Amino acid sequence: MSNNNSFLSNYFHRNGRALGSIGYFVLLMVIFLIGAPEAWIRPNLHQSVFVMMPTLIFLTIPLVFLVASGEIDLSFASTYAVAAYVFALLVKNGVDPAICLVLGIFTGAAIGALVGTLIVVFRLSSLVASLGVLFLLRGVILLLSNSRSITIMEVENHWIYPLLVGNFYGFPMQIFWAAIFVIFCYYFFNKHVFGIHIQHVGDNSVSAEQMGINVNAVKIKAFMFVGIGSAIGGIFTTMITYTFFPTQGFGYLLLALAAVFVGGTPYWGGLGTIIGAVFGVGIIAYMEIGIIAIGWSGEWRQFFNGLIILLALLGHRLHGERVR
Amino acid sequence: MENIIELDNVTKRFGGITALNKASLKVTRGEVVGLIGDNGAGKSTLIKTLVGVYSPDDGDILIRGKKVNAWNALKARESGIETVFQDRALTPQQSIVKNIFMGKELRYPFGFIKEKEQIFEANRLIREIGFTSKLINAESPVGNLSGGERQGVAIARAIYNKAELIVLDEPTNNLSLNETQKVFDFVLNVKKSNRSVLFIGHNIYHVYDISDRFVILDRGEVVHQLNKNDISTPEELMKIMRDTIGAHL
Repeated sequence: MSNNNSFLSNYFHRNGRALGSIGYFVLLMVIFLIGAPEAWIRPNLHQSVFVMMPTLIFLTIPLVFLVASGEIDLSFASTYAVAAYVFALLVKNGVDPAICLVLGIFTGAAIGALVGTLIVVFRLSSLVASLGVLFLLRGVILLLSNSRSITIMEVENHWIYPLLVGNFYGFPMQIFWAAIFVIFCYYFFNKHVFGIHIQHVGDNSVSAEQMGINVNAVKIKAFMFVGIGSAIGGIFTTMITYTFFPTQGFGYLLLALAAVFVGGTPYWGGLGTIIGAVFGVGIIAYMEIGIIAIGWSGEWRQFFNGLIILLALLGHRLHGERVR
Repeated sequence: MENIIELDNVTKRFGGITALNKASLKVTRGEVVGLIGDNGAGKSTLIKTLVGVYSPDDGDILIRGKKVNAWNALKARESGIETVFQDRALTPQQSIVKNIFMGKELRYPFGFIKEKEQIFEANRLIREIGFTSKLINAESPVGNLSGGERQGVAIARAIYNKAELIVLDEPTNNLSLNETQKVFDFVLNVKKSNRSVLFIGHNIYHVYDISDRFVILDRGEVVHQLNKNDISTPEELMKIMRDTIGAHL
């Protein structure tokens, strides 16, 4: 009996936060279903959610790694646009889009490494420093692009287009890539040295250091991962819309952060949940689209987003305080 | 006897403060060395330098007679030195098994973790250490454990890694009599298997009981070293300590 109890309590310790966000997601679905059944059974509503979700997943899941490591990054919303700019500019100049894709992702990783190094080496507050980088990079893009967008219709004729963002029997291909990304990240976070070290570092960096973990390297890698995720998100969106526009990504800043915390990853580091974050993304994406679908005006969106963040925080509080 | 580790004239400064001044110390195979000194004597700095958490500003560190460069905590662990830190170096939100294998995870190629093997080994170690509560298994979070149990996890880590030198920094602080006895048993077991222990303590009686040799530290300097054979009571050790501290200034 006692073994059963300890099994349950360990299971709850490991998965309680993910289960919480799944519960919130189901609750939201039920509310929408009751509120607007006829809108809810129309497939095009879910299709628009499916278009939005992959981008948010590429942004949100790496943030779970970073928040679990005890840091935060706001600059990802600009990294997203820088990578998309590099991609679009190179495509426009006749470079093979597959190479542009690789270079765009590399740009994201490089920015992540720079931001991470800046924060870790100079011991800056990641919140404030990345806020600075957020504005700085956005300024760079606006200056470089002269605030003009770049249209890249030519990308449609290249083989990467149907492979990455094409249509597969009615499903956008990016759904599959996002799903693969989630599965990869689940193992990467829970079963790989990288994820495990991130959790140790975010939990108690002094202990991690004493046990021979290179705390700075772990954190910089987490920032790089956020850069890579943002780059993928930015490039995918640019391909889907055939357009780079200089303000792109800004709208995702708060949504991706909200998805991390609604998804059950606590802000204090050491813990994180990939599955929870996926449902966090689901909650945010359905809120964005569902409010309109049930016939309410868009003004309600922010109100409900705010409400759900607070409710989610209160809900996750039931899971307990930080243990020390 | 082979020297497991040797500090040769090691100096460590923090800003303008010299926390360690040309300290020399060696630990040979199979011996238990007690490191004693008043608060602020530099005991913690000495052992943190020895186990690679701090890098020395001056002086050499030798492992089995060979000088090492760019000494760090990972290299220390790879050289067979395990430390039970005063703060226990645990991550309380993580499971016992993750803590036992922290930094030295059992890995498949490409860095994936041998989770089942780790859990099996951790459960074996928990039984070996003698956790009393049946509610505790390898996957329980460390945050749910008592101080003594946490010390058990930190010791289990050192046991698993079969270190040649185990550094125990104030291991009996805040422990019950029973738990303290367990720590002593552990030290004796290590010694019996011809491995070494560096034991740091406030409590002279504890250090006296367990050690073969004593090193007295004061204001960052090693001021006296003596064998247990040289004295016959802990009171004698205490007197020597009182006489040496401050006398070198």
